[in-house]
Amino acid sequence: MSVTYIDAIHQAQRDLLAERDDVFLYGQDIGGFGGAFKATKGLLEEFPGRVMDSPISEDAMVGMAIGAAISGMRPIVEMQFADFSSIAFNQIANHAGTHYYRTGIPVPITVRLPCGGTPGSGPFHSQMVETLYAHYPGIIVATPATVSDAYHLLKESVEIDDPVVFCEHKFLYRWLKTTEIDPDPLPLGMARITRPGKHATVVTYSAMVHEAVRAADRLAKEGWEIEVVDLRSVKPLDMDTVIASVARTGRLLALGEAFPWGGVTAEVVSRVVAEGFHLLDAPPLRLNSKDTPIPYHPDLWAAHRPTPESILEKLRELLNL
Amino acid sequence: MESSAASVPITSSEIDADLIRRTLRVMIISRTLESKLSSLYKAGKIVGGVYLGTGQEAFSASLGCCLDQDKDIFAPLIRDQAGRTGFGEPLIEATRTYLGSALGPMRGRDGNIHRGRPAERRPAMISHLGTSVSVVAGMLMARRMKGELLEVVGATCVGDGATSTGAFHEGLNLAAVEKLPIVVLVADNQFAYSTPRERQFACENLVDRARGYGVTGREVDATNLLECLTVVHEAVKAARAGEGPQMVVGKLLRLCGHGEHDDASYVAPELKDSKLGRDCLEIGIQQVVEEGLATADEVELWKKEAAEEVQEAVANAQTDPGPDPYRDDWRAFSSKGINS
Repeated sequence: MSVTYIDAIHQAQRDLLAERDDVFLYGQDIGGFGGAFKATKGLLEEFPGRVMDSPISEDAMVGMAIGAAISGMRPIVEMQFADFSSIAFNQIANHAGTHYYRTGIPVPITVRLPCGGTPGSGPFHSQMVETLYAHYPGIIVATPATVSDAYHLLKESVEIDDPVVFCEHKFLYRWLKTTEIDPDPLPLGMARITRPGKHATVVTYSAMVHEAVRAADRLAKEGWEIEVVDLRSVKPLDMDTVIASVARTGRLLALGEAFPWGGVTAEVVSRVVAEGFHLLDAPPLRLNSKDTPIPYHPDLWAAHRPTPESILEKLRELLNL
Repeated sequence: MESSAASVPITSSEIDADLIRRTLRVMIISRTLESKLSSLYKAGKIVGGVYLGTGQEAFSASLGCCLDQDKDIFAPLIRDQAGRTGFGEPLIEATRTYLGSALGPMRGRDGNIHRGRPAERRPAMISHLGTSVSVVAGMLMARRMKGELLEVVGATCVGDGATSTGAFHEGLNLAAVEKLPIVVLVADNQFAYSTPRERQFACENLVDRARGYGVTGREVDATNLLECLTVVHEAVKAARAGEGPQMVVGKLLRLCGHGEHDDASYVAPELKDSKLGRDCLEIGIQQVVEEGLATADEVELWKKEAAEEVQEAVANAQTDPGPDPYRDDWRAFSSKGINS
């Protein structure tokens, strides 16, 4: 038996629907069709009336979810692609994100964002948007990198009272597999040491965790032991784990698939410098995608985002500083 | 598809004397409160802004008074003090929010018309126009999924400007797809801030859009209290009866600036002198007295009572503590242990 990342997301939603009467799913093509990525396949038949097709209206989808959430429900909204959540940005950032602080009433919505690049998807079906939502107060941003985290973080996202933007990486959907879901999850807000090491720390999240591990494996052949920290959620940002790792290694590479201006990697570097400057043996480095729209052609796409090769190169630079 | 004529006879026995009298009283209270808020603003006692519904009271109050305070949902916009009062929002919530009291529903964290008590089915609007339509739709869908819809009506208000937003379009379309019992009032008050309606949309009449959404549209002379009550009551009743979304377009003129900082000098005198520029409160009083539903003395008494109620709400809010920046928990998350 093997469980893929998308299987885990499907299973989490199925279990949530079975366990809680207040959960429902809303999104484009998620009913009888089962969703663009089949994350809801068969769920309409199993849970009639609780899996609903929406119009192509991202703003209203999230507005509806907010209204349902403040009326006692736990909606999961599926954006067909994270890129289209830009249309819902106002409802997520300005409405859901401000609601608890303004009114004292939390908004337990979960917005699932299939994000990140796959070859050939081009500029509008490939983006990483975690930075946008993490910037605004009141929104939790989960970024699972593993099959078990996809399952447990989604369940936890729905059970938590605050709005959650759940960034699930499309590149991991089918190829990332495990034999079974880990029965003993880490809680939301806690990072994981994916690969221990002592010469440098790579802090990353989502699909880049796996690219970082590949780069680290190659460097291991040369005797370098690279520690890889998987943030699991970029908000909350588990600085305890990050600082502890930097304390061990003295070197930091913040790695992300998002655009380079600002963002999660900049936040990580900024916090490490402010909170752990004395722990650093070298200037911290960042590696992100290139600062252009995400290209269509697989060759361009593969060079746009960080790859094991570019991560390796950056790590060599860091180790030689 | 219905479209009312300019003058609608009161045919429904459900528009009884009590409802008419109550709606007029609500209009008087709202006008009195807003006049006081304007004075406080001009005296520097209110920071931020003051946004009035002068001239829109008949339309707004009709909705607030036709809804059932015990089960319906009302998401007002910026010119709906009358609707809020009609739906049962205590005056102290308005004065506390405007004056920044820590004891108000928003505790100084938000101000003026951005207030509500979502748990009491009064969502707190955000500034982005049109966003409440889908939120009310979601509140109704939650009730439907829980089997608690039970003749509940959800209502919200927008102006002509908000109909240009994507959020309005998406929300109303969604509500129509779901055949929800929602009533959307569109106050076609001729200006969105300073932008005249001909720069806002090209259709002749906003009510024509109802057909495109597949919702029932009605139109009303919103300066006419009795007509407003009749038409809004019909719309609320139709929604409650399961006839799907109802849109009511009220034709009127905003008799104030966008906010009290705006002298509205862009409004042409001819428009003010036109039928649209009539004051719905004066007309309402005249109608109620002429129909024998109240005497002129009673109306004077209502004005006096309104002045006292407003004075009390202002005085009480003025003695409240303000929010303390050193004691605010500065937390946007409700979940313990979740930090940034």
